[in-house]
Amino acid sequence: MSAKSPSLVMLRRNVKHIARNPTSVFNAVLMPIVIMLMFVYMMGDAFDVGVDYIDYATPGLILLAVCYGLGATATSVNSDMTKGIINRFKVMDVSRGAVLTGHVVASVLTNLIAIAALVGVAFLLGFSPSAGLLDWLGVVGVVVLLGFAAGWLTVALGLAAKSPETAGLSSIPLVMLPFFSSAIVPAEKMGPGLREFAEYQPFTPIIETIRGLLNGAPDTGDAIAALAWCVGIALVGYLWARSTFDKRA
Amino acid sequence: MPTPAIAVSGLRKVYGDKVVLDGIDLEVPAGTIFSLLGPNGAGKTTTVNVLSTLMRADGGTVRVAGHDVATEARAVRAAIGVTGQFAAVDELLTGRENLRLMVDLNGVPAARGKRIVTELLERFDLTESAGKPSSTYSGGMRRKLDLAMTLVGDPRIIFLDEPTTGLDPRSRRTMWSIIRELVADGVTIFLTTQYLEEADQLADRVAVLDQGRLVAQGTPAELKRQIPGTHVRLLFTAGPELDAAARLFPGATRDDEALTLRIPSDGGTRSLRALLDRLDEHSLSAEEFSVHTPDLDDVFLALTGHTTEATT
Repeated sequence: MSAKSPSLVMLRRNVKHIARNPTSVFNAVLMPIVIMLMFVYMMGDAFDVGVDYIDYATPGLILLAVCYGLGATATSVNSDMTKGIINRFKVMDVSRGAVLTGHVVASVLTNLIAIAALVGVAFLLGFSPSAGLLDWLGVVGVVVLLGFAAGWLTVALGLAAKSPETAGLSSIPLVMLPFFSSAIVPAEKMGPGLREFAEYQPFTPIIETIRGLLNGAPDTGDAIAALAWCVGIALVGYLWARSTFDKRA
Repeated sequence: MPTPAIAVSGLRKVYGDKVVLDGIDLEVPAGTIFSLLGPNGAGKTTTVNVLSTLMRADGGTVRVAGHDVATEARAVRAAIGVTGQFAAVDELLTGRENLRLMVDLNGVPAARGKRIVTELLERFDLTESAGKPSSTYSGGMRRKLDLAMTLVGDPRIIFLDEPTTGLDPRSRRTMWSIIRELVADGVTIFLTTQYLEEADQLADRVAVLDQGRLVAQGTPAELKRQIPGTHVRLLFTAGPELDAAARLFPGATRDDEALTLRIPSDGGTRSLRALLDRLDEHSLSAEEFSVHTPDLDDVFLALTGHTTEATT
């Protein structure tokens, strides 16, 4: 292979970074599992959700796993910007977006690894979805789409932050958001105000879509809303990231 | 006349209401070393950033390798290499991986890429540490790796922004000899420095940048000619002695604060003996005596009315 795509070269660089920085992997892969164990064993019995709690919570935890990977992405984008290396890439005759695409794709890959681990543990805990092969492919599709959308938004946050430390913090709202959705408990069990928020925030239709797919009965309305949110977030994140990237010399 | 490697005219750059570059004109013929000399904050890095397509100018035209930096940025980028003030290496990657990254980004075929990496590691004396993460490298090694990464794409014009700032004298000399080798291969070098000695050592032409303007341009020898010639410097212990000595040499300039007297001289033994005899006759003795040949430090002082903040 003589001419490698710059995005692919950048992706390989990001993958090496992740492999050499195990704490970020810890956060992205182990934290969702820890949270899963905590909710299923400690609090699961307290929630009456009509089905086995593990079956209810896994879709939400999948989404949480996507969000937990983002902190590392924001931090690594920002350290690229605050160190000299970015200027080297910028003065080379390679596509300027490649370095950002590399980060986004690496972020999605981390998500997939984290989710594979999470779903594996869920099965050990008795997770029994009724999804067929097509439904599973649908889940992967939603996860990848969400990963891309959240990835671009996180790259933008990472670019906008002053230092790697604040960049890591900037993704915290995204990590918190799933808790105020139907991830852990159904929205209708929440108090007024919070309930409306949970019903209309982007993560709820995404979780409900995954939940529907895993139950073998996806809801078209949720799926369309989920798709629209993902495309919207991806677009905003992408445009914001590109304009911030061009501005920061 | 062949196209100059770099041609800049009327370059302006403004941050908010602060004028950073105020009408820079310069031309660098291909295959030469041009040095932009100035203290911190003079606008050197801004100039490099505009010339290397990192920043847009607010006025004027800049052509690098025959291409306009504003409208043909990609063509410019394909021709240049930049080694900035802060080593632009990937700290999590090893030295070899950093070079590989450049090989891949430049689209060099794998076999040739491997050879280039090995050659560069050898040339920059980095073979031994090639497998270690670059975060473990010393400052000098990082600069060398940085420059090696710049060379992967075989650029014909190289910008070096303060390549030796913060390096120990030995690493500085290594860097200098690498720069000389590059020019011997026909590469054009645009070098910024705050070290007058560095410009004097390396550059074919020097431009002195002060507060966003070029206050002088020429060969190091030409610049030296613009200022008072060789002189003798006498340091006295007390004011009255300085007064007495100043009366003896009407052509001299005195510095009351430093208690020194600068007397123009050709530096030859005959005139020096005459000068010392003259002091003896009047029973005057100086604490210190030195013959001073002008260097670029003096040029800077003469041109800008202030000294450089950081000198070697």
